[in-house]
Amino acid sequence: MSTTVTTKEPASGIRRAAAGGQAGDSVFSALSLGAGVLILAVLAAVAVFLSLQALPTFRAPAEEISGGAGFFSYIWPLVIGTVVAALIALVIATPLGILVALYISHYAPARIAKPVGYIIDLLAAIPSVVYGAWGTTVLASSLVPFYTWAAEHLGFIPIFSGPASQTGKTMFTAGIVLAIMVLPIITAMSREIFIQTPKLHEEAALALGATRWEMIRMTVLPFARPGIISSVMLALGRALGETMAVALVLSSGPLMASLIQSGNQTIAAEIALNFPEAYGLRLSELIAAGLILFLITLVVNMIARAIIARYKEFSGAN
Amino acid sequence: MKASQFGRSAAVLTIGALALTACGSDNATGEATSGETSAAGAGVSGTLTGIGASSQQAAMTAWQNGFQGANPEAQVQYSPDGSGAGREAFTAGGADFAGTDAYLDEEEYEASKEVCGPDGGFHIPAYISPIAVAFNLPGLDTVNMDGETIAQVFTGEITTWNDPAIAEQNPDAELPDTPITVVHRNDESGTTENFQEYLAAAAPEVWTAEVSGNWPSQWASENNKGTAGVVSSTSSTEGAITYADASAIGDLGTVAVGVGEEYVEYSSEAAAKAVETSTPVEGRAEYDMAMDLERDTTESGSYPIVLVSYHLFCSQYDSQETADLAKAFGEYVISEEGQQAAADSAGSAPMSENLRTSAQEALGNITAAG
Amino acid sequence: MFNTASSAPVATPSSGARKARLTSNQRPKWLVPAVGVASIVVGAALSALVGFNVALWAVFAAVLFLVAATLAVSLVEGPRNGADSLVTYLVYTAFVLAVVPLISVIWTVLANGLPGLNANLLLTSMNGVTGATDNAAVAGEAPVLGGAYHAIVGTVSITFWATLMSVPIGLLTAIYLVEYSKGAWLGRSITFFVDVMTGIPSIVAGLFAAALFGLLFGPSTRFGFVAAVALTVLMIPTVVKNTEEMLKIVPNELREASYALGVRKWRTITKVVIPTAISGIASGVTLAIARVIGETAPLLVTAGFATSINWNSFSGWMTTLPTYIYYQILTPTSPTNPDPSLQRAWAAALILIVIVMLLNLIARLVARAFAPKTAGR
Repeated sequence: MSTTVTTKEPASGIRRAAAGGQAGDSVFSALSLGAGVLILAVLAAVAVFLSLQALPTFRAPAEEISGGAGFFSYIWPLVIGTVVAALIALVIATPLGILVALYISHYAPARIAKPVGYIIDLLAAIPSVVYGAWGTTVLASSLVPFYTWAAEHLGFIPIFSGPASQTGKTMFTAGIVLAIMVLPIITAMSREIFIQTPKLHEEAALALGATRWEMIRMTVLPFARPGIISSVMLALGRALGETMAVALVLSSGPLMASLIQSGNQTIAAEIALNFPEAYGLRLSELIAAGLILFLITLVVNMIARAIIARYKEFSGAN
Repeated sequence: MKASQFGRSAAVLTIGALALTACGSDNATGEATSGETSAAGAGVSGTLTGIGASSQQAAMTAWQNGFQGANPEAQVQYSPDGSGAGREAFTAGGADFAGTDAYLDEEEYEASKEVCGPDGGFHIPAYISPIAVAFNLPGLDTVNMDGETIAQVFTGEITTWNDPAIAEQNPDAELPDTPITVVHRNDESGTTENFQEYLAAAAPEVWTAEVSGNWPSQWASENNKGTAGVVSSTSSTEGAITYADASAIGDLGTVAVGVGEEYVEYSSEAAAKAVETSTPVEGRAEYDMAMDLERDTTESGSYPIVLVSYHLFCSQYDSQETADLAKAFGEYVISEEGQQAAADSAGSAPMSENLRTSAQEALGNITAAG
Repeated sequence: MFNTASSAPVATPSSGARKARLTSNQRPKWLVPAVGVASIVVGAALSALVGFNVALWAVFAAVLFLVAATLAVSLVEGPRNGADSLVTYLVYTAFVLAVVPLISVIWTVLANGLPGLNANLLLTSMNGVTGATDNAAVAGEAPVLGGAYHAIVGTVSITFWATLMSVPIGLLTAIYLVEYSKGAWLGRSITFFVDVMTGIPSIVAGLFAAALFGLLFGPSTRFGFVAAVALTVLMIPTVVKNTEEMLKIVPNELREASYALGVRKWRTITKVVIPTAISGIASGVTLAIARVIGETAPLLVTAGFATSINWNSFSGWMTTLPTYIYYQILTPTSPTNPDPSLQRAWAAALILIVIVMLLNLIARLVARAFAPKTAGR
């Protein structure tokens, strides 16, 4: 494998002179290729493991599955719950995260930018149990008045139909907690990329009389777009797979449209809450749910890839 | 220049961190390891691995501590992964003993014969704890309810505290018109299963859902994770009612449960009594102590909502060392000292003398293969 | 009115008029603060109409200000500057909006964690601590005993092994993707599947590692390294994605200049490309560590649960800070008196954050040591 890769490199006369360097080249490229293949192997192993463990679920008769109506009717409310929670999180966190990253890279004075960036990095490290505990004790209760108000005045919109939860432990709260959890991921990665925007581009734009926003729109954002999308995908992965925070914050229940009542459930939280006491078929069911989560990520990633491919021609990166 | 300053401060930080991590101690309580011997028999050594129910965790800490104090050479490790995980690991040979809120079903029992010899695994009811029906109403410490009323409250048929069904049973209490908020567990648990078993037995007309470790979704209400979670939700919401391990309910008021003609408040004695009147499970090893509790008991003074968490041992271990260790640990747990330690730490109900005698006999059957 | 204004400069070219013309397209200094004050006042009035509360007031005032300030600037300076100031205010608003919950989280951790942070917690394990010990502490007969030292040891060793495995693999993969694959199908599929890998639920990674070692060493094999493998599976995608993005934005001119000087490709990568991107890579690695250091679920099935100190990642059970926190909160050592357990849990959360802070600092120092001297801010 390694030789095919090496031959792709531009031939140069100097290469022949230093044989040791050439060995270094092929070793290095073989190593990096090996690492990539290893990752694929690990992923394949995980997928095989998941499928094998999940198999009994798909073989079992429908009435033996939780809910008594087959795996599909068991899983689809969870799928919707998972996607909705992740969506709420991303809708809130993406613009906020990018704007905060812009603040750090282009708006804040350097003296403030560094510590702020530092603090945001730290926030990624707070364990999800802590976010969960904070979400239930601080956030949920302070959102109750808002939910009550929304149920009264916006109740005609299905997602705000009442009666509002009195504990505030709702899907909407869970989405907000997830948003706060993924915000550091988006901010930290976008910031690093914003900073790397070629200074020449920025200065050229400013010299042509662009305002700061026009400069950002014309140089920074196009340059950073693939990176931003990558960061959002990472954030999405985290939001989809987050267990403990959702398990602690959400007062779960059957699927419902209203986001301000207790109800709904996500796949990851369902797994975390039921796994300890599960055995036999139930265990296999939960692993099958994990497999579905895996597939959701796959589909979402394919969509994101399609979007990136569309924008590729406008990208300022190499 | 600046970089080297940074380097220096980094070095200081690293050394500080290293220094901090290098001088920790396992002696948290500041007492020298006690060398006293106890009835549990000294002289065993090795490591005994257990996996299982988290409901036993607090008691297990006390047992580990007491056992290791008496047998300095021995170590017991316990991972509170959950009952299901514990049984799974046990029947696969991954754990020397398991802690479980539910006994092995037929299939699991057959599987246990592969690792535990012809008699398979057997149960010891090591941890007995009453489940309290706890509520938050200022000024009220106790309310009387019979099984049917409790079921109607938890299914949402009764929605206020001054409902005639409750008032009738509490002629002397001043019941407010506060709405009832039911709080239940959102994780699968033995507590939920035991509570539902009681409801299904005491009010079969009202509680029509299949009994399982999950709360039935048609009666879903406010919920929270774990015993600590439901208790804190209940404590913060006036008019809320929940079910939880009696040791963890703090200042909440409790329901006195209707048994026959009288109302019984939870207590260790009442819980132990309910366990004694239970019927053993068929088709197991002769000395197995797995039991079905009589939830609709009318026996005076017994409290029917009880969580019995078992220790699951093999009747035959591969090595003599493990067999001795398991036996010694099991004997320590059921000893008066062990049960008292659990009661002090975890608030569980100590075993009755009769139970202890049978458990002692059962543990005597642990042997080593070959 | 207009006539006189247009004719005025011609008739009397006074200095005051010329100044007015020079600054005619600039907003006066008082404009934005005035709009701000006005929005706060009107916001207060509006929120009073609906039922006064501070949060509502802040929301109304912010929205009013955003709209009014943009309009005002647009009118004075034209739509381009209007858009510019809108974005500026949006950025500031977003910053405040993001920082409020973050500060609330940090405040919660500090307020709850600091009281429990003492030498006992830092330097002892939970060995020998039972419910009775905690009951005595609550009754005031003894201080709160028991600590998180064993969990700190577990976290440090498991994270160390996970980092040691995932960083080289992740870094090399990213290098392959950016420098070698040249859009070949293998590279594209690796990128795609790394994205998919971010969606592995953490518990599944734990089960996978447990099953793998179960096959090798018998069922329920648990020690620190098994957990490290599970965490590696979770950590790799973050490392790869981050590093990939950071390598991609290294200008091609740098590579070409290096090649032109006759430097070999691998030397170019190690001496030019990576140093240029090192600050971003270091930040990414910290992010990846931060992502896994707080994991609970996979550790429960891979590393077991211990109450005493174990330094050996290859034998014996270990506890890490997140599992410690999790169990202290969910199954308090003494169910009757959970307060000492909660206190230990919050203090342990604080320790975890401090550990990541130290790691972050180290990563930044490493980055600084390798980075070229002309890094931006």
